[in-house]
Amino acid sequence: MTELSLAPPLREFAAEWLKYRRTWRGSIVIGLVNPLLFLTGIGIIGKLIDSSATGPLGGVSYLTWLAPGLMAASAMQMGFGSGGFGAFRAAAPGGGYRAASATPMSPTDILLGSLLFVTFRLSLLSAGFLLVQALLGAAPTWWAVLTVPAAALTGLAFAAPMAAWGIATKRFSTMQTVFRFVVQPLYLLSGTFFPLSTVPAWLQKVAYASPLWHGVELCRDINLGRLTFAAGAIHGGFLIAMVIAGVLFARVTYRRKLHE
Amino acid sequence: MQGDTASQAATLGVAGERPSTGPLVEARKLTKVHPARGGAAALVAVDGIDFRLERGEAFGFLGPNGAGKSSTMRMIACVSPPTSGTLRMLGMDAATDGSAIRARIGVVPQDDSLDAALTVRENLLVYGRYFGLSRATVRERSDKLLDFARLEDKADQRVETLSGGMRRRLTIARSLINDPELLLLDEPTTGLDPQARHVLWERLFQLKSQGVTLILTTHYMDEAEQLCDRLVIMDGGRIVAEGSPRSLIDAHVTREVLELRFADADREKATDVVLALAPGPVCQRVDVLPDRLLVYADDGDDALAVVNAAGLEPLTALVRRASLEDVFLTLTGRSLVE
Ligand SMILES: Nc1ncnc2c1ncn2[C@@H]1O[C@H](COP(=O)(O)OP(=O)(O)O)[C@@H](O)[C@H]1O
Ligand SMILES: [Mg+2]
Repeated sequence: MTELSLAPPLREFAAEWLKYRRTWRGSIVIGLVNPLLFLTGIGIIGKLIDSSATGPLGGVSYLTWLAPGLMAASAMQMGFGSGGFGAFRAAAPGGGYRAASATPMSPTDILLGSLLFVTFRLSLLSAGFLLVQALLGAAPTWWAVLTVPAAALTGLAFAAPMAAWGIATKRFSTMQTVFRFVVQPLYLLSGTFFPLSTVPAWLQKVAYASPLWHGVELCRDINLGRLTFAAGAIHGGFLIAMVIAGVLFARVTYRRKLHE
Repeated sequence: MQGDTASQAATLGVAGERPSTGPLVEARKLTKVHPARGGAAALVAVDGIDFRLERGEAFGFLGPNGAGKSSTMRMIACVSPPTSGTLRMLGMDAATDGSAIRARIGVVPQDDSLDAALTVRENLLVYGRYFGLSRATVRERSDKLLDFARLEDKADQRVETLSGGMRRRLTIARSLINDPELLLLDEPTTGLDPQARHVLWERLFQLKSQGVTLILTTHYMDEAEQLCDRLVIMDGGRIVAEGSPRSLIDAHVTREVLELRFADADREKATDVVLALAPGPVCQRVDVLPDRLLVYADDGDDALAVVNAAGLEPLTALVRRASLEDVFLTLTGRSLVE
């Protein structure tokens, strides 16, 4: 338990990959078709917006402005789901955790392996998104490649604390409610669809506390090639702090649930 | 036959005799308190029990539902830390060396933890990889274990499609993937039909004859009698008796038991008459159950003669050998299976 080796978490990663393999083709199609439809639609509407005023957007097209924010937001959704719902299902009868915890794997090994796999899926999702975005001309520079790890980090900032909660909770429905009434509205409050400068000041302050806002800003600044060191440190630091806090919390709840 | 078993042991790669160094498992004042949670009060599931077992033994925990058998097994499996007391296994401490101990034991939990989304073979693969075994090793052992569990033709089917007995056999096969020195089985045959139970018993006999140390829990006294060299009887988190099945029967009950059933109209009067016969020269003791009377006697036929001589005419009278069920009833005043 004291020494931390990467080998046991990779075994959990491999186990989850084996299960994912059955459905990965389907999820890759969804991962490409979703952004394609969405961004194409936005691109058309965006033309109307662009023709009226792009002042608040900093002189770039609406599509280019919006796409990295959407990428961060879909990473958030996946992070919430595979972190929270994933841990809940894996710990339930028929899930994989109970078998793993009877082996030399420690609860922390299992946790880290699962989060590693979530990170992998987040990266795939974001890479697919970026591909579509680039095809539609919304990735102006090569810096855009770095939005993939930035979006994955955004997703992980949700996945780690959600795993801590998902493994401990008895009620799946509570998580679903939070998803619907807290996570979805974050979209609107986090400067995904419109610049925060257009909303009242108090609402802007709320947004600063939203992990998604930090993820959106990080991805957007990177995509536009305008990330400053200070902004990167603040946004990245906020997200990394969420991941660390989530992992520390989840270590406790995983041990309690799997080795009670 | 002998050679057959030996060669299977070799091909299965199951741990046989290894140099013995002290007891394989030793528990002292082992206690598990399930903490209070969500309205439920804290519960003492295992209440300071002591036991030890040697390599090669088949050791059982016999007791009714709620006795604390699973709580004990989960501590031995190192997935549930003891609240107090000590548990030493394989020369290590269960409280601190859980991972190293789990690497050397096999576990068949009460509710099987198979991954429903994976195939039979994939379940073995994933499980073996958790032990750090190479793919090649797992593949090779899987073939033998699927053969052992008679699941060769199910290898590529999803676990969802298996019957209860097959799932149980797969769980046992899976528990052997790491070539364990000690195998834990929590109620291995509960919920199975008689035929599936017998197939499973046969597999467990085979393991036993290969020298694998077994710890099993059951609330079936026939299972305990069949499989265990030695067992403890648990009730309310405590051990109430310990010994071989034979010695427990010898120590706590008579050699035979006469079971008497009476017509509803006669029952009350007949019960009084039979109770008056014990303790006597022939009938040593009587237990009154809702539907029948048990008369403990070294010779059941003699006891029946005494009953008939007292002028009673039972609807049915059955003489049988005393069992662990009778031991449990004698010690606790309750039946094992309600
Ligand atoms: N995880 C748990 N949390 C709270 N109480 C438990 C838990 N597991 C078992 N118990 C309680 O502990 C007692 C012993 O249960 P258990 O060890 O499962 O007995 P057995 O396996 O002999 O049926 C029961 O009263 C049961 O309700
Ligand atoms: Mg039990």
